[in-house]
Amino acid sequence: MKRRTLLATAALGLIALGGTAEAQMEKVKACFVYVGPIGDGGWTFQHHEGLKQVQAEFGDKVETAYQESVPEGADAERVLTQMALSGCNIIFTTSFGYMDATNAVAAKFPDVKFEHATGFKRDHPNVSTYNARFYEGRAVQGTIAGRMTKTNKIGYIASFPIPEVVMGINSYFIHAKKVNPNVELSVVWAYTWFDPAKEADAAKALIDQGVDVIASHTDSTAPLAEAAKTNGAVIGFGQASDMAEYKPSPRVSSIIDNWGPYYVKRVGALLDGTYEQADAWEGIAGGEVLIGEITDAIPAEVKAEAEALRDAIAAGTYHPYTGPLKKQDGSDWLAEGQTAPDGDLLGMNFYVEGITGDIPK
Amino acid sequence: MLRLEKRPTPSRAWAWGTPFLAVLLTMIAGGALFAMLGKDPVAVVRTIFWDPLLGEYAFYLRGQLLVKAGPLALIAVGLALGFRAGIWNIGAEGQYIMGAIFGASVGLAVYPTESRWIFPLMILAGGFGGWLWAMIPALLKTRFNTNEILVSLMLVYVAETILSKAATGFLRNPEGAGFPGSRNFSSYPAARNPELIAGTGMHWGVVAAFIVVIAAYVLLQRHLLGFQIRLAGQAPRAARFAGVRPNRLVIFCLGASGALAGLAGLFEVTGPAGQISIDFNQGYGFTAIIVAFLGRLNPVGILLAALLMALTYVGGEMAATNLGLPSAAIRVFQGMLLFFLLAVDVLSNYRVRIAAFVKEAR
Repeated sequence: MKRRTLLATAALGLIALGGTAEAQMEKVKACFVYVGPIGDGGWTFQHHEGLKQVQAEFGDKVETAYQESVPEGADAERVLTQMALSGCNIIFTTSFGYMDATNAVAAKFPDVKFEHATGFKRDHPNVSTYNARFYEGRAVQGTIAGRMTKTNKIGYIASFPIPEVVMGINSYFIHAKKVNPNVELSVVWAYTWFDPAKEADAAKALIDQGVDVIASHTDSTAPLAEAAKTNGAVIGFGQASDMAEYKPSPRVSSIIDNWGPYYVKRVGALLDGTYEQADAWEGIAGGEVLIGEITDAIPAEVKAEAEALRDAIAAGTYHPYTGPLKKQDGSDWLAEGQTAPDGDLLGMNFYVEGITGDIPK
Repeated sequence: MLRLEKRPTPSRAWAWGTPFLAVLLTMIAGGALFAMLGKDPVAVVRTIFWDPLLGEYAFYLRGQLLVKAGPLALIAVGLALGFRAGIWNIGAEGQYIMGAIFGASVGLAVYPTESRWIFPLMILAGGFGGWLWAMIPALLKTRFNTNEILVSLMLVYVAETILSKAATGFLRNPEGAGFPGSRNFSSYPAARNPELIAGTGMHWGVVAAFIVVIAAYVLLQRHLLGFQIRLAGQAPRAARFAGVRPNRLVIFCLGASGALAGLAGLFEVTGPAGQISIDFNQGYGFTAIIVAFLGRLNPVGILLAALLMALTYVGGEMAATNLGLPSAAIRVFQGMLLFFLLAVDVLSNYRVRIAAFVKEAR
């Protein structure tokens, strides 16, 4: 699995799973394993920004090291072992596919802390997991999409048929439908996290179908580049990082992964001896998901509506999955006013009512 | 002036000497590159070439060299058979994937049965999967005279799509809460390819690589088929007169290389990788092409070339993590090594003459 983006096991915010607090440390060596190059402009770039924040926050008290473009599987296990051997105190593994390798190496180095992004396995007391509620950002994008589409056709470039992605599609559609009952959603499965050529093809296919708002769950700027060729007829969003070079249009907003605060918190806890095993899943409220600037390419009232939604989610007064909601097959899912339990979200393998097509099996 | 003069026969001394010269030149050019990046060139070169073999963590890294070199050697030996006969299988990556899928399917189908026959059966299925995938370009070539380079390469992408389907669909772990990826073989003893001696990195795939290297050496040197392969590559017309049937050679070479790539995939998925996942393939099938040529299409040379490639990978990772080098710089370094190896090859085929003061005869 190209990195990350999967989660499981219910987790509300930051739940400490027990384990005893450790002694204080004079100096911490924090190491990061990346699935792509730090110049990818998306997923890995944002994790590396987090590393820089850790370095800036703690200065001399922390030493950082990282390794780019580490393939998942046997290679990851070797890199992790090398890092543990060479004195890393805490190792962040920033892709879903590192899950088994992280747990396997953690078993051999009980004194080293392991933090695995987007995974759900914590087989040993020294393994923690963390992720972000990206579906909250999709709600904001869906609202903009529903308001902005002229053809009533919106699109979604999906990577892999996994709960994390399905969660994003549903949230995007629900909120588009809410403001525009006539909206139709087309989903294209790219089966990749990062492949500019494939992503561009997917965007072209959507545009050919008459889609005029495209959200993507892949990492490159290729879909925005395709949208840019339409002279403003098609808009889209930055994904993982701000992708500000496509402002003010076609990029009208973005979801930015902001890992820095979490990294600072965890390394800080290790330094002052308050570190405990954890399972973190923060969203807009915790600052892990940022909504990039909504540009003037969209009308002020739509912008205000989207920002109000963002603020309501941040304040905890609104949950993007609030009933009444039915599944695609018409069966009941959430009753009036009921919000989705995290367990349902983390295992989500169905579309909500109104989306056509099937999730590939 | 320097002048190149073709040797009547390639120099044996240079054939052995050039690899060392190439490594030396790479160290110098690479060192200059690292110095320009602001790193201590001596430290970097030592980290790449010395530390994995004799450094502080060598006890762990030496084994990892075998883990990395095993599949490369296994695939490259198969490819070299075809390359010698002028049959170009570029799609070993696809055959590697299919071998892993076929083998894993057999193991997962009977999960959680414990029997000593399961793993051998999986090995057979893995080899069969790779063979089957290679038979597509082989039959298309022999029946319709299509180009095996294109067909085998394109089938890599087909195999990758099937791999995606396997990881998210028919081989997905039913207890994985809907997440892609098969069961992990490390927790299924009957189907596992374990480390045979703890800490050595030695697994059945490495053992198979050693056996195949010896078998291929014997085949090429002592067997009629090996003679036919070499003849077909060097003198196709003469080969036909000598009774070589080109179509049978195509079927054999593609089949053998496919089966070996399939075996490599099977040993990898049940051992170091542990499971079928969407990104299970990591380019061994393509790197093996380089290894085959680096080893001069000679089985023993391939074994050494695979170990050298593994060294640059493992040492390169060490340098990237410990010295903060960008991974792209390591790739450039690996590229330099290949470039110099091929460039200094000229010395074994040509003599360098200093011709500045010699008047040329008219």
